Amino acid sequence: MSLVLENVYRQVNNVDHLSNINLEFKPGSFNVLLGRTLAGKTSLLRVIAGLDKVSSGKVLMDGEDVSAISVQQRNISMVYQQFINYPNLSVYDNIASPLKLCGTGSAEIKRKVQETAEMLHIEHFLQRHPLELSGGQQQRTAMARALVKDASIILFDEPLVNLDYKLREELRQELRELFKLRNSIAIYATTEPNEALALGGITSLLHQGKLLQSGPAIEQYHQPVNLNAADLYSEPPINLLKGQIKGAEISFENYASFPIANHFKDIAEGQYSFGIRPSHIALVPKNDSDIELSVRVDVAEISASETFLHVANDQLQMVLQLSGVHDYRNNTLVNIYIPPEKLFIFAESGLIIKAPRISSSGGI
Amino acid sequence: MAEIHLKGLAHSYIGNPQISSDYAIHEMDHVWKQGGAYALLGPSGCGKSTLLNLISGLITPSHGSVLFDGVEMNDVSTQDRNIAQVFQFPVIYDSMTVYDNLAFPLRNMKVDKNKIASKVQEVASILDLTEILQQKANNLSADAKQKISMGRGLVRDDVSAILFDEPLTVIDPNLKWKLRRQLKQIHERYNITMVYVTHDQLEASTFADQIALMYEGKIVQFGTPRELFENPNHTFVGYFIGSPGMNFIELEEVTVNNQPQFKFDQLQFPLTQPQIEILSTSTSSNLKIGIRPEFLQLSKIAHTESLACTILHTEDLGTYKIVTVALGNQELKVRLGEDQHPPLTQAYLTFPNQWVKIYIDEYLVDIQVGDNSNE
Repeated sequence: MSLVLENVYRQVNNVDHLSNINLEFKPGSFNVLLGRTLAGKTSLLRVIAGLDKVSSGKVLMDGEDVSAISVQQRNISMVYQQFINYPNLSVYDNIASPLKLCGTGSAEIKRKVQETAEMLHIEHFLQRHPLELSGGQQQRTAMARALVKDASIILFDEPLVNLDYKLREELRQELRELFKLRNSIAIYATTEPNEALALGGITSLLHQGKLLQSGPAIEQYHQPVNLNAADLYSEPPINLLKGQIKGAEISFENYASFPIANHFKDIAEGQYSFGIRPSHIALVPKNDSDIELSVRVDVAEISASETFLHVANDQLQMVLQLSGVHDYRNNTLVNIYIPPEKLFIFAESGLIIKAPRISSSGGI
Repeated sequence: MAEIHLKGLAHSYIGNPQISSDYAIHEMDHVWKQGGAYALLGPSGCGKSTLLNLISGLITPSHGSVLFDGVEMNDVSTQDRNIAQVFQFPVIYDSMTVYDNLAFPLRNMKVDKNKIASKVQEVASILDLTEILQQKANNLSADAKQKISMGRGLVRDDVSAILFDEPLTVIDPNLKWKLRRQLKQIHERYNITMVYVTHDQLEASTFADQIALMYEGKIVQFGTPRELFENPNHTFVGYFIGSPGMNFIELEEVTVNNQPQFKFDQLQFPLTQPQIEILSTSTSSNLKIGIRPEFLQLSKIAHTESLACTILHTEDLGTYKIVTVALGNQELKVRLGEDQHPPLTQAYLTFPNQWVKIYIDEYLVDIQVGDNSNE
């Protein structure tokens, strides 16, 4: 099965929920839709599923316009944020339900339910009811139901968002393994850039109902098309500083100026926004060319493997992503160092002018 | 404001508990200092809510006692314990203004009007609520409502402690850190004992000076975020803290030329002499080593004591990479920096000695100070 969206629009009460979406999903591919709340991810999934109609444009499956084909006939499964199961049926019957609907024989049902349950590690709970299970097991049940029939398209709408982060880690990895073996198109919507990067596959960035760019997540991380795309690909968000390029210098308003890095030299003079990823700012200089700024600590958020250090001064507010535990008291004064070659340069319109070079040299 | 002492505290929901699994909370003894910021961290079902309810008085313990400043609280009602609570969902009076919501606990206590005004202003300014004091609460966003819930605990001078139960659940992800910052500021300013329940390591580590990590009704480790990360006391702590969690390898003792060696999948694990001694004197057969993905070293060339491994998979997360490698029949995770690129198929793994932790029966055995299990 192939799936193509052609100039898809959807308006509700004159508000664009989707505008001019063009996307192609290849057979057997794993795809991610990345965007913030209300970016159009759910709208797009619902249009593909046939739950909502397009206002204009086409949804083509194997080359045929499916606008007249009902949800039931599209052979699509969907997994939602909420753990949706039949509370009065056992886990076994929950998983078996889509097969019973299409009249599969009971021996075949038994084999498939068992196989799918094993894949999702819930084979020991088949006789229980969903509400007797933990959240993670309930969501595994819902996933098993989506996977048990050989749907051509499987849609996931932020399926892991209500689970704790350890479970998310595990399920994410399992999902990726599962889809290696399948021939269906998977489309997975998420707000989290890390999830898009970890799942791999082709990622489409959505922002205010529009498609920003589409391709492998890691390429988008390195080469965002504009500010919105760069912002989607960092958690915490990319830091932005206003400034200008004049002669051979970059200056941030009136508080810092420094020589322009080599691969930015062909950029015209003018006003720009300069982006720097939280992970590229350091507390110790790595090179003489690093830009030093004095700031105070607003708060240190610690996740054990990492610390997010929120800092500010009269001119700016920034976040640093540091590895390891750094416990600073609020309002401690620190110096931070920005490597000028790691800056992203955006036009005032938000369009990318130049992204930093990807370091490819560092071996191990 | 109070010191909280959980003295020989245990709890069973069953009338006459016989076996270990009858207990929701296993016997523990912990003192939480006046003015400290504590987190109860653990997965769902670990007993953290039960423990919180024992402290607040919603549940009376079946064994042991809860003391506030040395006074037993077992039979004292929640109300008389002077505890302020902030729940997952904001609990406020929608029909009242923000001001009246904050003033409510003080008016109930018949506090002088001027005192109320100054206290409400003070708390509102800390929580950035000053601008909306005269607005009705019902139209506010979830984060503003949750700040009001917190503020109601802060206006009172007499609270023994503030208990937070997953307070940021309903807050939009990009606002969460602002509230975490405010919570931290509140704690630094007010010197009130605070207990924060969560399953999120980021929230626990940001908020708390000390984290009580709970698993199956026990506090398996009580320590700073750094201690939990660098020196996990129990395999569960190693697994639960850090993303991804710690790698573990089960070891088997074999005798070669009358010398004990420790192997897995026919490979000898490189250990120091003190590590070998600790392991060989143990009577248990449940022996594991643990090492964090951050501390494993991956290299293209062999070093002394490095082991050959196969690269299975690399997850490039932009700011860092997680490499999955096969070593014998084990799958291990290695964390690499943004600028580090693993070889395609074969590599060598080094286990730096100081980061190789020894676990016997799932508990850490500290080489320097001997047995360091929980008690």
